[in-house]
Amino acid sequence: MHLHISSGNGIPIYLQIVNQVKYLVASGRLASGAELPAIRTLAERLLINPNTVARAYRELEYAGIVTKRRTAGTYVSDGGSPLARRERLKILTERIDGLLAEAHQMKVDAEEIIGLIRQREESLQKLAVEKP
Amino acid sequence: MIAALPTESVIELRDVTRRFGATTALDQVSLTVPRGVVFGLVGANGAGKTTLIKHLLGLFKAQSGTVRVLGMDPVADPPGVLSRIGYLSEENDLPGWMRVHELLRYTRSFYAAWDQAYAEKLRQQFGLDSASRIKDLSKGHRARAGLLIALAHRPEFLILDEPSSGLDPLARRDILGAIIRTVADEGRTVLFSSHLLDEVERVSDHVAMMYQGRIFHCGLLDDIKATHHRVTLRFPEPQARLPLLAGVLASEGSEREWTAVCSGALDEFQVAAAAAGAEIVERQVPTLDEIFLAEVAAKKS
Repeated sequence: MHLHISSGNGIPIYLQIVNQVKYLVASGRLASGAELPAIRTLAERLLINPNTVARAYRELEYAGIVTKRRTAGTYVSDGGSPLARRERLKILTERIDGLLAEAHQMKVDAEEIIGLIRQREESLQKLAVEKP
Repeated sequence: MIAALPTESVIELRDVTRRFGATTALDQVSLTVPRGVVFGLVGANGAGKTTLIKHLLGLFKAQSGTVRVLGMDPVADPPGVLSRIGYLSEENDLPGWMRVHELLRYTRSFYAAWDQAYAEKLRQQFGLDSASRIKDLSKGHRARAGLLIALAHRPEFLILDEPSSGLDPLARRDILGAIIRTVADEGRTVLFSSHLLDEVERVSDHVAMMYQGRIFHCGLLDDIKATHHRVTLRFPEPQARLPLLAGVLASEGSEREWTAVCSGALDEFQVAAAAAGAEIVERQVPTLDEIFLAEVAAKKS
């Protein structure tokens, strides 16, 4: 599990871990049942406070992404697919929010954006057909 | 030997004042450091960080107020306190003529709890040659030697005064790693002073900010970050300067767009900005560095 922590971008470190683990799970790079590093191990590797890692794991557990097992150890939850789908939609939602904000600045309304998305999808599909 | 009662807090400072001639180095400082945390002490040079730390070690006696470390008075009972503390200073005044193995043997004699196997493990991990003289070591390796003798008796409280100052990234990594390993062991506590605020932000969970001998902010890093905001304001007309808004600590910008670091509740600030005719176009969580600089700038003006 490779994570990258930046202390200069204003996003709390625990949240950076939460977001990156969610992303890894949603993209399938962390499969269900995979074991996350021990809190201490990850803290030493990333050079961050162990309480920060513990907090991130708690948030991930609360969100149902990971499960703590009795014999210690934190694992990616089973049957992650609907969850992964929700996460994927969440990642897309964030992108859409950014897009809408930018469109608003440029005085382009949502209907036009939807039209634009359909148009792009058609041209991308054409490209996919032409390029076997 | 009478065992001190375990206390919840590792440090209790009450109204500690210290003057050097006409200079007030510590001005009515009160500070509580709970057990099991990494506590970052930040401030510019001359803010009083080192003076505060020297009171913890019993190197200074409080002129007024009280100092308790691990429940004891470090001036009244130096061995009782110092045997349970590990300390590394920026000056790192190790005897230059000693060889590394001599330094270890010498330091070991002070600590009943010295763990020779651990000391040897750290020596290898830090790449310190037993036969090297301290004065021939690089600055980074001298700092590692200082760190080794601060850690080898497995202290329950580690105090580091500007440990990373002027060191290369690899030596800094070793020091941060030691902080994390120390606190990862249940119940051990670290206090370190630094002006490298990105490091403090990474490893600390509690932070105290000092300015001119006073602690002006003290608490959970998350709380400090939650009560500070960096907002970009847009005005309908160009402004010669940012209009006075409650909560603004520091600002920069020109014409119609101004960025401010402010403290307090964001919705209140939003109302104040709207009343001044401005719209908030961007909002971010400032870094600890930005918060500290803005707080100090507000104190200077």
